[in-house]
Amino acid sequence: MKNILAILCTAFLLASCKKDIVDTVANYTLLNPTRPDANAGTWAPILLTRPDEFACTAPIPTNSPDYVLQINEIKSYQKNITAEQKKIINYWGAGAVLRWNEIMRNLVAKHNIPPYQNEDGSYPIPQAANPLAYPTFPFSNPPYAARAYAYLSTAQYDACVAAYHYKALYNRAAPFIVDASIQTLLPKSPLPSYPSEDATVLGASVAILKLLFPGDQDFINQMADEHKLARMLSGCNTRSDLDAGEALGKMVASKFVARARGDRAGAAVGTPAIWAALEANTAATGQIPWISLETPKRPSMLPLFGKVRTFLFDSLTMVTNIRPAAPPSTSSAQFATELAEVLNFSKNLTRTQLQIAHYWADGINTYTPPGHWNYIASTAFVKQNFSEARWARNMALLNMGLMDAAVACWDAKYTYFNPRPSQVNTTIKTVTGVPNFPAYISGHSSFSGAAASILSYIIPANANTFNAMASEASISRLYAAIHYRSDCEVGLVTGKKVATYAIAKGRADGAE
Amino acid sequence: MKKIILLGIIFTNLQAIAQTELDGIFLNKKLLCVGAVYSRMQWQQYWEGNFKRENLNLGKVSANSIAVNANYGLTNSINLLANAQYVATKASAGQLAGLQGLQDLAMHTKWSFYKTTIKAGTLNCIAIAGFSLPLSNYTPDLMPLSIGLKSKTATARVMVDYQKNKWFATLSGSYAYRGNVTLDRNTYYTSTLRYTNKVEMPNVTTLNIRAGYRSSSWVIEAFANQMNSLSGFDITKNNMPFVSNKMNATTTGLHFKYIPASLNGLEVVADGITTIYGRNVGQNTGISAGIFYLMNVAKKKKTK
Repeated sequence: MKNILAILCTAFLLASCKKDIVDTVANYTLLNPTRPDANAGTWAPILLTRPDEFACTAPIPTNSPDYVLQINEIKSYQKNITAEQKKIINYWGAGAVLRWNEIMRNLVAKHNIPPYQNEDGSYPIPQAANPLAYPTFPFSNPPYAARAYAYLSTAQYDACVAAYHYKALYNRAAPFIVDASIQTLLPKSPLPSYPSEDATVLGASVAILKLLFPGDQDFINQMADEHKLARMLSGCNTRSDLDAGEALGKMVASKFVARARGDRAGAAVGTPAIWAALEANTAATGQIPWISLETPKRPSMLPLFGKVRTFLFDSLTMVTNIRPAAPPSTSSAQFATELAEVLNFSKNLTRTQLQIAHYWADGINTYTPPGHWNYIASTAFVKQNFSEARWARNMALLNMGLMDAAVACWDAKYTYFNPRPSQVNTTIKTVTGVPNFPAYISGHSSFSGAAASILSYIIPANANTFNAMASEASISRLYAAIHYRSDCEVGLVTGKKVATYAIAKGRADGAE
Repeated sequence: MKKIILLGIIFTNLQAIAQTELDGIFLNKKLLCVGAVYSRMQWQQYWEGNFKRENLNLGKVSANSIAVNANYGLTNSINLLANAQYVATKASAGQLAGLQGLQDLAMHTKWSFYKTTIKAGTLNCIAIAGFSLPLSNYTPDLMPLSIGLKSKTATARVMVDYQKNKWFATLSGSYAYRGNVTLDRNTYYTSTLRYTNKVEMPNVTTLNIRAGYRSSSWVIEAFANQMNSLSGFDITKNNMPFVSNKMNATTTGLHFKYIPASLNGLEVVADGITTIYGRNVGQNTGISAGIFYLMNVAKKKKTK
């Protein structure tokens, strides 16, 4: 009897492995730049014509009564700091660019779910003007997400350039320097604190997030309030540092909001006439045209996303220099060989290959492949101890590359409009959902080729790791039996071509 | 003995087609009963949260399984039970591949700790404890086609069984602790984006009631089972199900056992089960059939 009880107790203990789960992003170290990049106000912005295109008024002097009031505001917050507030300070202390990028990843994942069909078998289209009604806006699929990350990162970067320009211009000391009795709960920055780069990033981020996720403004505002409070609690910024930074960030973002409203993404859904023409035009060339494998048939994802305005090159360059040659003809021997290879993976997948397929799938309800590469970049950047400005610059290069890779990939997909393997051979079963758009070229491969090249430029020592990740992400789509080998290989090459333009921009922006 | 917990298919836990740690039956000391049960479960409609729907891209989702079971009488009032199964899933429509493999091993100890006579019937109070663990490295992350949830569990159950003449009723309740599950990916979304491959699983309670006729050659009973997840989240609209969804189910069914007197030690079982209501689970219906052999392992010693 005692033995049995002992066995049962042991079983209970075995099963009750500790349940507490800590997210990797919770353990990021505090931002403490090796190089402060005090000259970042001289770096080349992306949309701003000059770093002082938007005004930031001169700060009040540190010996003025109003400034003393603000110092006392910090002291009043610091009087009774709770454990919860310390957590908030440390969360935001990891970096403003990093945390606002994570917030966007969170919203992308939340909204990355395709709408449920109507009674009549048609599909409703999310409307930006009515974001909370079903289907909620947006459906943040990979192209939408790639564009969202790009606008966030580029706006953050230009906001940093402007903020660092005014920091150098006004050179107002940080509160902990003005008043030594203020506690500093984060690493002390040697930079002038007015305007706050945290608040500039915040102001720009809030404006972009509200444009792209208009139904989540309560959450966005809540994060912004928390961020500002964290900066004051930490003793690193006064209220005027934050107000000036936030206002500047919002003004800078207005340029990006205007660009986004006019970049043709709003029309990317297309029309029934356009959808029908894609099929008819491809059939007319003698190729098997793509058809939706969903029931009821769902219109193809964002067929005009290939027309969206890119950041790194113009539309002519895309057609002449980046668009890949046609895929193997659906009646060719090579096509048959590649189809057979997909069928073979579908029938004989190893557990390791399944693991790879799922690790990189980044499908429904995830932050998408561009989000995965933002996570990879962030994890690597944290270890580099970049300044906020360099974080912003590097994320901007990465995300311009990812967005333009999305545009180039969608351009190829809808130029060739070729079928998925399961369409041609219905016995091909997949271990992840079949994406509802043409196969050639693979989006995962395009994103991964672009991201790995750009990240290798930023951190050359990690190049082998980044490239190995890209190759694995690319081949994972063949393992999943949703892509032919050509899709993956040409996707990687196309992504890498896009990256050369991002790297050229990086070489010329004055930050190297 | 003979238990079937078909975890995978339904995106959930469907208890007990055959029977098991859910009944009030005990083997006498040194008796061993081993057998195999085939079962088939399927559903076409499922509950997305509380919204009942079908998915034309899955069609009918089915799981076929073969379970091997053993029950051993350690003493007349303590039985040890073990079960393991092989499961294969399939969707009749769409492109998603079915999965197959060895699922979990479950072991239980069943202890009759108090027995008395009330109004010419026997009241038996029973405590049951057990655990389960995955037998292979299957993925729990392709719901609803995963073959199981891949969680290690520890379960405690209390049971009261009352039998008067050939009629009986059994009531039991259980609490299952479920350990974290590890996914192949490093992020996932619950109500927020999580950056980890570990998933905290809801613990589960069940209430099981069964009643019917029980003699030395026949068992005919009806049962109902209520399963509740104590945490977890609803499948969001048109999303895929996830391993830590809040899976609840009300199921009911019939169980038959026949012990032919002419065939010494042989037992045949058959079950039918259906789901009346659920949340984040498929509306499973299923049938199962199995054969068992009862032997006295003490005899061998005597022949020495």
